[in-house]
Amino acid sequence: MPQTVPASAGKVHKTSWLTESKRSSLTAYLFISPFFVLFAIFGLYPILFTIYLSFFKWDALGPMQYMGLKNYEFVMEDPVFWTSFFNTLIISAMGTIPQLILALLLAVFLNSAITRFKKTLRVLFFMPNITSIVAVTLVFSALFSNNGMVNWVFDVLGVDPINWNSGWWGVKLAIAMMIMWRWTGYNTIIYLSGLQSIPTDLYEAARIDGASRFQILLSITLPLLRPFIIFTVLLSTIGSLQLFTEPYVYLGQSGTSSTREEGITMVIYLYTEAFGNSFFGTAAATAVILLIFTIIFSLINIWASRKIGGSSDGGAI
Amino acid sequence: MRRARGDQPHIITKICFYLFLAIGAVISIFPFYWMFVIGSNERGAASRIPPVITISDRFFENFGRALDRTEFWTALLNSVFISSVVTFSVLLFCSLAGYAFAKYQFRFKTFLFFFVLGTLFVPQQLSVLPTYVIMAKLHWIDTYNAVIVPAMVNAFGIFWMRQYISTAVHTELIEAGRIDGAGHLRIFTRVVVPIITPAYATLGIFTFMNTWNDFFWPFVVLKDRSHYTIQIALQQLFHTRDGLDYGMILSATFMATLPLLIVFLLFSRWFIAGLTSGAVKS
Repeated sequence: MPQTVPASAGKVHKTSWLTESKRSSLTAYLFISPFFVLFAIFGLYPILFTIYLSFFKWDALGPMQYMGLKNYEFVMEDPVFWTSFFNTLIISAMGTIPQLILALLLAVFLNSAITRFKKTLRVLFFMPNITSIVAVTLVFSALFSNNGMVNWVFDVLGVDPINWNSGWWGVKLAIAMMIMWRWTGYNTIIYLSGLQSIPTDLYEAARIDGASRFQILLSITLPLLRPFIIFTVLLSTIGSLQLFTEPYVYLGQSGTSSTREEGITMVIYLYTEAFGNSFFGTAAATAVILLIFTIIFSLINIWASRKIGGSSDGGAI
Repeated sequence: MRRARGDQPHIITKICFYLFLAIGAVISIFPFYWMFVIGSNERGAASRIPPVITISDRFFENFGRALDRTEFWTALLNSVFISSVVTFSVLLFCSLAGYAFAKYQFRFKTFLFFFVLGTLFVPQQLSVLPTYVIMAKLHWIDTYNAVIVPAMVNAFGIFWMRQYISTAVHTELIEAGRIDGAGHLRIFTRVVVPIITPAYATLGIFTFMNTWNDFFWPFVVLKDRSHYTIQIALQQLFHTRDGLDYGMILSATFMATLPLLIVFLLFSRWFIAGLTSGAVKS
């Protein structure tokens, strides 16, 4: 009868050359092998090779020439690299911090009992995320063109027009807004699912104890939402440090292959070093520096978002 | 201060709620609408003052100019082809791997699973240069292989499938299959696959969309105009030499966005459900 036969009934019959349990683990290894094969070729090996390459001078064709730490020195002493670094940081901060706060507010509002049309609103908020970055950039570049709609609105409101195409702040603000438009809805949906996972009796208990709405938000909602907040903060950090397509398409319009100073990011710097100037060594060094920055900023941001809603040790991620 | 207003919020609060949500919704939709407005007006419409906000009848005229400048349909077909192959392959390999991680016992299982998860956090750009060199060695530069093969299976899909399979597929069903003498693959195709069809749908839409929208890597490896994906073709339209003909650019952008928009609106329920169930539980 079913219950008496063990799932992986090995050991007993040795008629075939493989026991049943061995055959079973072999199958499992076979099933997971495509990922590991592909990762080894296109993931692990390239990462190791990038680190190796960062110590050499190479144009992708000729022989490699050992440079020691020269590539790193070259990158760290290049003012364009630091411009790209600060641009990336400024655009990331402007594009993600208000975005996450806004997403949290939208999610709280959507989740509240008085809101109707929840399902429709969810779909509408999420729609920007399905457009490609190229499409978003093209649409926004039309909105932000010199006589475009945004400056017209500014004019109507009596605000001075901003030079979105070449102003130091203008370019960064425009790019930050593209990021915000595309990702706010996504994060709203993530937060909303977090809010829905909080048991309602917790709220009821707090209500009975006489807690105000604001107190409930601070001492129940935010701490229980913390894993979700950490998840979004981490994804936003990693994503925005890799910023490439928006500024590249937005500023590459003039037909020149290089991007202007106001919008160059670390990945554009990397891309130009490698595929523009054929300096594969310095590009690899840039990639390693980018990885180190990614780790540092991820750790800082995880640490910061764990502070949200008091330091009580709730979710242990 | 205590006992704030009971259950029924103030009417002003209510109005503020709806106003905030409504503004959010309008901002979300407006660029889609505006894409079509500019795409259907005369070429200089994007910089007219006051702005044009009504649809006109020149859409096909504008789109015709885009067709003259790029191989739009070829690029669209290329994108359909690449996205379909990648999606099919991701569904196959991720579900097999997810099934193994969910239902099989083997050595180093936990370690390997965490390894898969860890790869999620490695920035793609770190491996761009050597991957490019590998592609050059394989003579895959400017071929679809360069775009398709590295994307054939991914860590997110495996994680997602594993989560779904471990809750949706009951182990007794698999054991019953074993007792009937079915082989491993047969159990997978006859027992597991029918149960996880919803997961296939969601992961499929996700993968298709991400592949369709990807720009960086195809842009690096595809060189010839006839091999461009739709995103590269769009980017190529964006040139000042035409005096930034936004009518043309946005009509093409609209046509490139429309297929995804339709798919999303048809399947939005599955899509959002999938997003929220798979993304965070860890």
